[in-house]
Amino acid sequence: MKKLGLSAALMAMASPALAQEAQSLDARVNEAFATATGPFVSFIFAPIPGTSFPWIVMWLVIGATIFTVYFGAVQFRFFGHAIKLVKGDYSDPNDAGEVSHFQALATALSGTVGLGNIAGVAVAVGIGGPGATFWMILAGLLGMASKFTECTLGVKYRNEYPDGTVSGGPMYYISKGFNELGLPGGKILAVLFSIFCILGALGGGNMFQANQAHAQITQITGDYPGWITGIIFAAVVFAVIVGGIKSIARVTEKVVPFMGVLYVGAALVVLIVNFNMIGWAFGQIFAGAFTGLGVAGGMVGALIQGFKRAAFSNEAGVGSAAIAHSAVKTKEPITEGFVSLLEPLIDTVVICTMTALVIIISQQLLVDQATGNYMLNEAGTAIATVDGNSGVALTSAAFGSAISWFPFVLAIAVILFAFSTMISWSYYGLKAWTYLFGEGKTTELVFKIIFCIFIVIGAAASLGPVIDFSDAAIFAMAVVNIFCLYFLMKLVRTELASYAGRLKSGEIKPFTH
Amino acid sequence: MSMKLVVGLDGHATGEKALSHAIALAKMAGGAEILVVHIIEWSPYSFHTAEENAMRHKRREEEIALAQDRIVAPAVKAVEEAGLKAAGKVRHGDVADTLDAITKEEKGDQIIVARASDGGFASRLFGSATSNLVMGASVPVTVVN
Repeated sequence: MKKLGLSAALMAMASPALAQEAQSLDARVNEAFATATGPFVSFIFAPIPGTSFPWIVMWLVIGATIFTVYFGAVQFRFFGHAIKLVKGDYSDPNDAGEVSHFQALATALSGTVGLGNIAGVAVAVGIGGPGATFWMILAGLLGMASKFTECTLGVKYRNEYPDGTVSGGPMYYISKGFNELGLPGGKILAVLFSIFCILGALGGGNMFQANQAHAQITQITGDYPGWITGIIFAAVVFAVIVGGIKSIARVTEKVVPFMGVLYVGAALVVLIVNFNMIGWAFGQIFAGAFTGLGVAGGMVGALIQGFKRAAFSNEAGVGSAAIAHSAVKTKEPITEGFVSLLEPLIDTVVICTMTALVIIISQQLLVDQATGNYMLNEAGTAIATVDGNSGVALTSAAFGSAISWFPFVLAIAVILFAFSTMISWSYYGLKAWTYLFGEGKTTELVFKIIFCIFIVIGAAASLGPVIDFSDAAIFAMAVVNIFCLYFLMKLVRTELASYAGRLKSGEIKPFTH
Repeated sequence: MSMKLVVGLDGHATGEKALSHAIALAKMAGGAEILVVHIIEWSPYSFHTAEENAMRHKRREEEIALAQDRIVAPAVKAVEEAGLKAAGKVRHGDVADTLDAITKEEKGDQIIVARASDGGFASRLFGSATSNLVMGASVPVTVVN
């Protein structure tokens, strides 16, 4: 009976009527999703009155600038020291076997390096033009100070349980830090952050990944309903996070760094082959940054896109990295702050810039030869591209124009990046969830099941609503986190002054290995 | 000053030969001290998920306790039963480098290990822990077959 049912279903799947039904299921999911998330998205991206500038973008940039000034450009002063810490020069050999600075950094990076660097940059450059790259790099450099602040606090105020496990992140430093300073409202803000963190985990850490992985697969296989990709992804993620099938996670851990190196290597190849165009590409980036070169919204349009995508890609100020970094073994919480400031540098300043350069150099964006400005698509919302591509498809086409087989490698990379980001964010979301509802097997299982359901929704919905919701949810985390960091940053400054003094006096010195 | 022999055990049966040789040597030397060491292979540059990192401290304690119980404690007991002074140590790290580092810290005079028990492509390419130790150690190394 079961067999009959299955074959009937398979036959029906093959029929055009059912295929249409499946497509319309995607459309229904999409519509319901867009309606449900609309008000939240509108609030987060509301423009500053009298301008077209979203207040949230201003919020992130002002935050990063304040941290940069407050800590005296810590990202540049302690850059060399951060490298030494990652190399293990200051690690006690007796702590071998604990989480090293390198490992905490690598884990945090595996959560951020991914689709933001591949698809997100294409969205930024596709809408904001090459000029968006300039603002993205600037946001990346400033964001290093935000990351430093939050990750130092993440380690300082983590929970260490009697069984030796640790839990950390903004929800812990907000409630404990506010308590220590005698400020009211810490608990409420921590709860609010946790709610947004769960939404962020379901949005940017999940739906956006599933959505773009599906887009990448259909580039190769041809179009088919997104929920099918969603179910497959959901099943694999379920096997890892609920079934505890560590082997899948282990393979991903090994392959993802390799893919990252391969991606950067391929981008370098494209850049070396076209090295005579690199100067021109930077010219476009600078010109576009201040004039917009005809993009929708002009210079401000380029700036908004650049800042938005940088924040989405490196998550500086969002608070997610503080969760990942909090497991490190160190007696000095600030050392993890130094290490974490390398993250936006690697993620945004290096990898995102490479993607942007490849897209610009491959001339996927159409230029009006008469004016030298970029041509807009029919809707006037984004730059017209050679094949009408956007998002990950645009990056894929850009690489494909130089290395014909690379889109296949990219497809595998996108799927693996999407997967590793989902695993990372399932953990961030889970930590926020257990902060709200308490630790326990059943509570954890409920979150993990919800997480898997959202993978299916993400793969089925279209890019527009998914990207809006993903951005909105992640930025909502930054609203609470940065607000609280303003109150807590003096605690970090005390740590910084003490550490810098001891480093100078020679009290803190490298171990001879 | 009496001699100190460092015996590196990897938990395989071949380690027993190394230990017996060390005991015999120590007796010949008129009662040398034996330090039994087990290194848990570990690289600070490996990749882990956030969840594994959060559990890492707990896992490390478990790994050390397990190695202490199963490998080091029985060996220390065997040395003491032979009437010699013994101590034990468990540490994470690269096997060859860490064994040598401990020997230097403890002022050991000689390292005794068994021949590498696993072969394969990786050890041909990068060298086994034993061959790396022989090449790089700062004191004489005896490899027991």
